[in-house]
Amino acid sequence: MIKEYTSIANVSGPLLLVEGTEGVKYEELVEIYTQYGEKKRGRVLEVDGDKALVQIFEGSSGIDVANCRVRFLARTLRIGVSSKMLGRVFDGLGRPIDDGPEIVPEALLDINGAPINPTARDYPNEFIQTGISAIDGINTLVRGQKLPIFSGSGLPHNRLAAQIVRQATVLQEGQEFAIVFGAMGITFEEANFFIENFTSTGALEKVVLFLNLSDDPAIERVSTPRVVLTVAEYLAFTKGYHILVILTDMTNYAEALREISAARKEIPGRRGYPGYLYTDLATIYERSGRIKDKKGSITLIPILTMPEDDKTHPIPDLTGYITEGQIILSRALYRKKITPPVDVMQSLSRLKDKGIGKGKTREDHADLFNQLIACYSRGKEAQELAIILGEAALSDMDKLYLKFASTFEQRYINQGEYENRSIEQTLNLGWELLRLIPRSEMKRVREEYLKKYYDNPDIKA
Amino acid sequence: MRQGEIVKVSGPLVIARNVKGARMYDVVRVSNEKLIGEIIGLDGDRASIQVYEDTSGIGPGDPVFLTDQPLFVELGPGLIENIYDGIQRPLNLIKDKTGPNITRGIEIPALDRERMWEFEPLVKPGTKVYPGDIIGQVKESVLVLHKIMVPPDVSGVLKEIKGGKFKVTDIVYVIETEKSIQEFNLIQRWPVRIPRPYERRLPPTAILSTGQRVIDTFFPIARGGTACCPGPFGSGKTVIQHQLAKWADAEIIVYVGCGERGNEMTDVLIEFPELKDPKSGEPLMKRTVLVANTSNMPVAAREASVYTGITIAEYYRDMGYSVALMADSTSRWAEAMREISGRLEEMPGEEGYPAYLGARISSFYERAGRVKPLGSPEREGALSVIGAVSPPGGDLSDPVVQATLRVVKVFWSLEDRLAYQRHFPAISWLNSYSLYIDSISDDLDSIAPGFTALSKEAMKILEEEAELQEIVRLVGIDALSPRDRLLLEGARSIREDFLHQNAFHEIDTYTSLLKQYKMLDLCLFFYNQAQDALNKGVSFSEIIQMPVREKIARAKYIEEENLNRIDEIKSEIIRDFNELLNKLSTGALK
Repeated sequence: MIKEYTSIANVSGPLLLVEGTEGVKYEELVEIYTQYGEKKRGRVLEVDGDKALVQIFEGSSGIDVANCRVRFLARTLRIGVSSKMLGRVFDGLGRPIDDGPEIVPEALLDINGAPINPTARDYPNEFIQTGISAIDGINTLVRGQKLPIFSGSGLPHNRLAAQIVRQATVLQEGQEFAIVFGAMGITFEEANFFIENFTSTGALEKVVLFLNLSDDPAIERVSTPRVVLTVAEYLAFTKGYHILVILTDMTNYAEALREISAARKEIPGRRGYPGYLYTDLATIYERSGRIKDKKGSITLIPILTMPEDDKTHPIPDLTGYITEGQIILSRALYRKKITPPVDVMQSLSRLKDKGIGKGKTREDHADLFNQLIACYSRGKEAQELAIILGEAALSDMDKLYLKFASTFEQRYINQGEYENRSIEQTLNLGWELLRLIPRSEMKRVREEYLKKYYDNPDIKA
Repeated sequence: MRQGEIVKVSGPLVIARNVKGARMYDVVRVSNEKLIGEIIGLDGDRASIQVYEDTSGIGPGDPVFLTDQPLFVELGPGLIENIYDGIQRPLNLIKDKTGPNITRGIEIPALDRERMWEFEPLVKPGTKVYPGDIIGQVKESVLVLHKIMVPPDVSGVLKEIKGGKFKVTDIVYVIETEKSIQEFNLIQRWPVRIPRPYERRLPPTAILSTGQRVIDTFFPIARGGTACCPGPFGSGKTVIQHQLAKWADAEIIVYVGCGERGNEMTDVLIEFPELKDPKSGEPLMKRTVLVANTSNMPVAAREASVYTGITIAEYYRDMGYSVALMADSTSRWAEAMREISGRLEEMPGEEGYPAYLGARISSFYERAGRVKPLGSPEREGALSVIGAVSPPGGDLSDPVVQATLRVVKVFWSLEDRLAYQRHFPAISWLNSYSLYIDSISDDLDSIAPGFTALSKEAMKILEEEAELQEIVRLVGIDALSPRDRLLLEGARSIREDFLHQNAFHEIDTYTSLLKQYKMLDLCLFFYNQAQDALNKGVSFSEIIQMPVREKIARAKYIEEENLNRIDEIKSEIIRDFNELLNKLSTGALK
């Protein structure tokens, strides 16, 4: 039964308190009509006796206490989804903004989804080749993984994401692939960069775009990733697509969440973010993955800018605890003109061990990247020493490592924005670089692979 | 069933009125969907209820049904190999019923009601039985003989007991107590928030070997002990928890995935049935119970999941088994407490956590221990608890870490600095500690005489290395004497050849205590021989170029069956040094 009230008691920030209500349910969908006939939507955040606290998705501008009508719709927020959404552009709440026709829903789905039963999950283990050595070789991405890009203001995270979108392939062919893109509070220019990229590669008809730009209501952002993932889930698990979801920028999302929390006068956690930020982020990130006996998958790449490049800031920190690794961009490398400036030491893909090796990439992959990282790490140590003491003070071995580290950065990590390296090329380049270091130092590689790859000078990029 | 009426809904917290007579921590059913909730606060006739399922669509006026029972778990055959959610609902059966996503209002009993078990009575009718007495057994899996015990609050004369095939709900024995005659099936119920009773606690004396070199040799945990591993994300907490679940020398493993990733539980579910227990050669899953409340599942059930896990663990402890419980991660459990506390509008303590955080954490870890369980035959059980902690930003001043460190006896400090260098397990050898070393040293030395002395010697070298590295950072390596440079090499060898262990390498993943001793002995033996040679005039560069060092580095890949090969390397070291010294004395070496 739909009921309408005019009894708004107060408005604070994005929240609305309605009194004298009856039969209102938690999470119920609400429509608000302003005196000028504008319609806004919201949901019930808390209901206490005859009082209902409503969060307005579009923000509260234009709402007044005397004349607004509030209507409770007796259902939770659902959106209509359809495979016709591919190639279309929507706002942050899933309404078309590209002058195309309305979407005729094939299904109505609750945007909050339902948690995937861990026993129904299938473990992500299919290698995705991104053509980027720093990712494929060291921090391998696999299908169904959630792997965020931690970046900072001014770093080329968007270019990296676009390169991944352009180049990502799976070694088995013949599978339907699509992208669902969610923009939260990014600028028009950034959004346009992605749209142009999708257009130039002819991928636009395989993309669903949800845009909440910086001048759109901030509160809308709280729903955007959920709308995005609801569509992604439908396309992946009902329609059988392999979906790559890009969410940018999660920092703006978390700030919108903080705004609501502050308006509710909740006890703040670290840096004013609500104590439930972890749980809230998890309900977004955990929607990626694979499900047994379903064809499709959701691979999730959230992008977030770390305030002050601080990895311990609550947003990257809690994200890192939920996602399966992280790609961290480094300002120091970017200054050295190394693109993509991936900090391979701090970056990590937790699922790589299941996605690499014989039959997936190559038998020697695991030993090779362990050895590369170990050598690079020692080279970095030598670099630090050399800064303090001068290169002359290093031992001969440390000098070799020093040389290795800079060659590794220049040749392995550094690659053009349009250079697409096959996994063979990436692996062989790794062996070529390792030969700068004597064989006796190769403690992390099995003897058989040393014989087969290290000792064979033809293995090179 | 008595019922009340909901007046307020705020996320997982529901407030109901007209619930006179309800008790704290009683289970209630919320709304007509019968969602499971628990009373966590009472005020007059109003009750605050934390709901273990999603509350959307619930509102004032909806009913609340009282059950007058606390939150309990079902204990009996069928726990092993199962995977449960935070309130012990079997996830595989939920999947069969509702598909890949977990919807709400599902009610499935924890123990399979259809499965038949072969029950073998061990006592005769007419025997006087007391709480905890083992009266029969069921072969639960190839690895686990499930003892059927008299419940902790029952004693009397066994009137009747039947052998044969039964379902868990069939009556198998009857006891005449002072007041009445009671029939029993194979199930015991026990409230999760109350520790199961035992006769008395015993101090820990034996090592719980884990097959992980840095842990067993330097920071061992005792059987019945407690340990924690705090660390920032990416430092390998979960890998360590998984490694312990795989290789710890316990008879039963209870693994609680508390507010962590769904894929990690899937990983366990896929991997454990395939991995073989090093002792019995049977799949590891045959001794494992999983409790999974992933980060996107309802937050209140996350709070309950660690209690569900530890109650199951205590039940197996009471049978006389050595049980190990891993909780990953206790921070998520604490955060669930914080979230509920915030919604109850309680006055917060540090960082918004409730003031009772420390008390809850310590009473949880205190449920670990080596005990003499109730009843006969006399037996000994142990429950070891290993908790992961995920402090924000890896900052150890976090209230959850600090509250945990106050109670646990072993601290494995995971450092991201080591993880970036891909030194795994990233357990810092300088900051970690174990307070069990003295109480279990006899046990260690029984594996190989001199084990503890050897580990102390190695630790001394590592500590000296840290000091020397400070100097190197200031003045460069050339300023060091050959003696000190040799020490740096010796320490490097301990770090790289011994401490570093690859969890994903088929041999390196597990190292028996004997092999650990032999490997460490090998590193130190070379170092001592090298010191000797240096004193006699062999140059530093001659020593570090010795090819036998590569063999020492590869000793970790020697199979457990071929440990004599480590002894061969040792004789090779003697031979090579003799050659060097010979060359020196004949003048062939400058």
